[in-house]
Amino acid sequence: MILDGKCPSGPIEKTWDKHRFDMKLVNPANKRKFKVLMVGTGLAGAAGAASLGELGYNVEAFCYQDSPRRAHSIAAQGGINAAKNYPNDGDSIYRLFYDTIKGGDFRAREADVWRLAQVSNNIIDQCVAQGVPFARDYAGYLDNRSFGGAQVSRTFYARGQTGQQLLLGAYQALARQINAGSVKMFARREMLDLVVVDGVARGIICRNLVNGEIETYWGDAVCLATGGYVNVFYLSTNAMGCSVTAQWKAAKKGAYFANPCYTQIHPTCIPQSGDHQSKLTLMSESLRNDGRCWVPKKKEDCGKPVSEIPDEARDYYLERKYPSFGNLAPRDIASRAAKEQCDDGRGVGPGGRGVYLDFASSINRLGEDKIRERYGNLFQMYEKITDENAYKVPMRMYPAPHYSMGGLWVDYNLQSNIPGLFVLGEANFSVHGANRLGASALMQGLADGYFVIPYTIADYLARITPGTIKDDHPAFKAAKAEVEANTKRLIGINGKKTVTEFHRSLGKIMWENVGMARNEASLKYALEEIPKLREEFWQNVKVTGSGAELNQQLENAGRVADFLEFGELFARDALHRKESCGGHFRTEYQSEDGEAMRDDENFCYVGAWEYKGVNKEPELHKEPLKFENVHLAVRSYK
Amino acid sequence: MSHAASNHETMTLKIFAWRQKNAQEKGRFEQYTAKNIIPEMSFLEMIDVLNEDLIAQGIDPIVFDNDCREGICGTCGMVVNGVPHGPEDLVTSCQLHMRRFKDGDSIYLEPWRAKAFPIIRDLVVDRTAMDKLIESGGYISAHTGGVPDGNAIPVSKPDADTGMDAAECIGCGACVAACPNGSAMLFVGAKVTHLASYPQGRIEAAQRVCDMTDTMVKLGFGNCSNHYECEAACPKGISVRFIAKLNREYIKAKICG
Ligand SMILES: Cc1cc2nc3c(=O)[nH]c(=O)nc-3n(C[C@H](O)[C@H](O)[C@H](O)COP(=O)(O)OP(=O)(O)OC[C@H]3O[C@@H](n4cnc5c(N)ncnc54)[C@H](O)[C@@H]3O)c2cc1C
Ligand code: SF4
Ligand code: FES
Repeated sequence: MILDGKCPSGPIEKTWDKHRFDMKLVNPANKRKFKVLMVGTGLAGAAGAASLGELGYNVEAFCYQDSPRRAHSIAAQGGINAAKNYPNDGDSIYRLFYDTIKGGDFRAREADVWRLAQVSNNIIDQCVAQGVPFARDYAGYLDNRSFGGAQVSRTFYARGQTGQQLLLGAYQALARQINAGSVKMFARREMLDLVVVDGVARGIICRNLVNGEIETYWGDAVCLATGGYVNVFYLSTNAMGCSVTAQWKAAKKGAYFANPCYTQIHPTCIPQSGDHQSKLTLMSESLRNDGRCWVPKKKEDCGKPVSEIPDEARDYYLERKYPSFGNLAPRDIASRAAKEQCDDGRGVGPGGRGVYLDFASSINRLGEDKIRERYGNLFQMYEKITDENAYKVPMRMYPAPHYSMGGLWVDYNLQSNIPGLFVLGEANFSVHGANRLGASALMQGLADGYFVIPYTIADYLARITPGTIKDDHPAFKAAKAEVEANTKRLIGINGKKTVTEFHRSLGKIMWENVGMARNEASLKYALEEIPKLREEFWQNVKVTGSGAELNQQLENAGRVADFLEFGELFARDALHRKESCGGHFRTEYQSEDGEAMRDDENFCYVGAWEYKGVNKEPELHKEPLKFENVHLAVRSYK
Repeated sequence: MSHAASNHETMTLKIFAWRQKNAQEKGRFEQYTAKNIIPEMSFLEMIDVLNEDLIAQGIDPIVFDNDCREGICGTCGMVVNGVPHGPEDLVTSCQLHMRRFKDGDSIYLEPWRAKAFPIIRDLVVDRTAMDKLIESGGYISAHTGGVPDGNAIPVSKPDADTGMDAAECIGCGACVAACPNGSAMLFVGAKVTHLASYPQGRIEAAQRVCDMTDTMVKLGFGNCSNHYECEAACPKGISVRFIAKLNREYIKAKICG
């Protein structure tokens, strides 16, 4: 099937404004008759729930943590982009649009990206009005810095805690609506199924994580803002609870999963220190503004103290290979470059799995105080984890799974192929293409939540009658029974291996065969191994306790069970895409100097998969991508 | 180069963990042995290792809250040897590392204890009261859309810095747990200061401080009697001067309001 993204036509500059005018509106007096479920209250969900509540809709919001303030968005450090051009360095909406399309390796929709760039400026204004403590200069104006993949300073930040501050802003806006009674918040709830009646999304099934009860909620529309899935790799920079569960359950109910193989491997993470490790820690990309990446030129030097390796014996490989972007080369490129150095035997630190990120020359130039002011908390965090002082010795870095560019397929209105099911933020596939530039996920989450969904959901709601199906409908009972049976089944297996052991095994298969570099053989191998592991899981997993209490083993078991199905789709998508683009690197498709080789002739489309059952081949649907404003070109940062 | 003390010698620790099945049941300490612990592990990874071992023995693992494991989400929190978040200054439990401990050490694990935080299970408590505080006024009432350009509201650098210092609070609740009175003054003081530091937040400042203070009393948080245990326990180094600021704002609101 050819999918239609329903992008508005006409000159790109006018698309969003024209579309906003063309969409239907809901009369203010009628808004309260509609109930919207918002699953997930990170940046996208909290902003969405707050804005919809403010407009007058009845909103019910859900998250698995004890409070919306803890969503994973809180962890974002570096910053958020906007095309304000405050520094007067040549930025514009068009340039942000252009950089994002190019950065995503021409695998995103033009109209969606345009809209993102256009509303980016409103986001900053909105957050300032909420009291988000963005960095200021001495005149009292907003300060900026640069991120990878851009030559302008368009990144707004709040020390190294931008995500935290943006989320607290959205959370406070949400708290205000909870107080006003327009939003009802359900924390410690995990969505375990989507209820679809006659092809339309009508509600969700949740587990109350405190008492184990399975609860049903109906809504006139369901929004998923449940974040990303890179924990399929086991070790990643994501929070422990991040999962694919909500997306996957929706996929099993018919929502198409787009571009699952596009995942971002972030170049600047603290290297793994041992097998015990439960997660990896990201060091913000903003560090590359002042840190220089290098490895010793000679393998023999790798074990030597830095002071014994003179400048001429160091290979500043990013500056060498990409002179115009240097250390600020985009993430996929910087990650592969780091891996290449380590594979070549010139990595540093335990197991040779690390490259240096060196601040010595910046400290010489600017002084330690300036560096402390810019990145103090990051240096502190690094020291806490590694016991090393990065003002004295360079940091060691290694790439780690970080962000999912793939997600549920949505049209221009953020609506999935299931009417009434909307998907926001990292959970959808929309704007990043095959690679996400730094500081643009926060932007997307807030754009979707504050400035897109409030308009586009109205167009849907205006066409339906509110409250036609409630949770006394048999479809809710059936879905609830299924969730209960699944819980029982997990607890009943009582096998020998823990949930974590399975997750770790899956992660190993994924990282080694479907990770930073893949090829036909490794992918085929993964496609054999994952179903075997899944089979073993359902025979041999051990989940302690019962379903009628707070049971973290059970929660994790459910999440890993979903990863075990989703991982296969991920590998299948990577296998079918016989090209290299952005975060998807197939070793068979590279140029002589190791750069990714896209195949626009055959793969310039979004690949959206329709679930057909466990152990059955999913069906691929394509949405062709058209580039009318930015010309398809080889992506070069040289 | 001074590499981390990468001694891979393993430690064995005696863990006394608070076990409590739910809010109704009585709790007690249980003794366990954590084996194969290495200095590079985080404190929560140590519990993971212990839990895997308990599961293998058919014992229910110790339940604790955690998510980001980066010291930023505020989810984790336990009292380690009598100190919220453990013995190291300015870190959350998830960022405490085992290099702080020695082979053979005994470690006591307890949940946050405060009237406003009922125990849910083991080390997990219900901190909904903190959300209720924010809901009672810890925000600026800005509507989505229709706001002025960001640079139209300049903020002086010192004010911006004070606001940011206060805004760093992660809402973990250690301050409440550390306080003999179970007071939430540090948490509320941080929020009030954060928002009052900016012109756009000043307008509602008086209303905000009154509403949040009233709510604090209603929810069963105690009063501040200047013990400063909160500041000592706070993983983000939130300063008690924000409590003074809260008091000033409160008095100002009461006198002028
Ligand atoms: C360490 C780190 C640093 C980053 N730094 C930056 C940066 O500097 N700039 C930038 O632009 N981006 C950054 N990112 C990326 C960015 O933070 C995320 O992509 C973005 O915040 C995702 O927001 P979200 O609202 O889509 O999802 P999240 O914030 O992940 O929210 C997901 C929500 O869904 C809920 N949820 C999930 N599953 C379920 C379920 N089954 N049932 C109920 N609720 C559920 C959760 O409780 C949560 O409320 C960073 C990411 C990481 C990991
Ligand atoms: S003030 Fe400190 S201890 Fe209290 S909640 Fe905030 S971060 Fe935690
Ligand atoms: S788990 Fe997030 S602060 Fe510790």
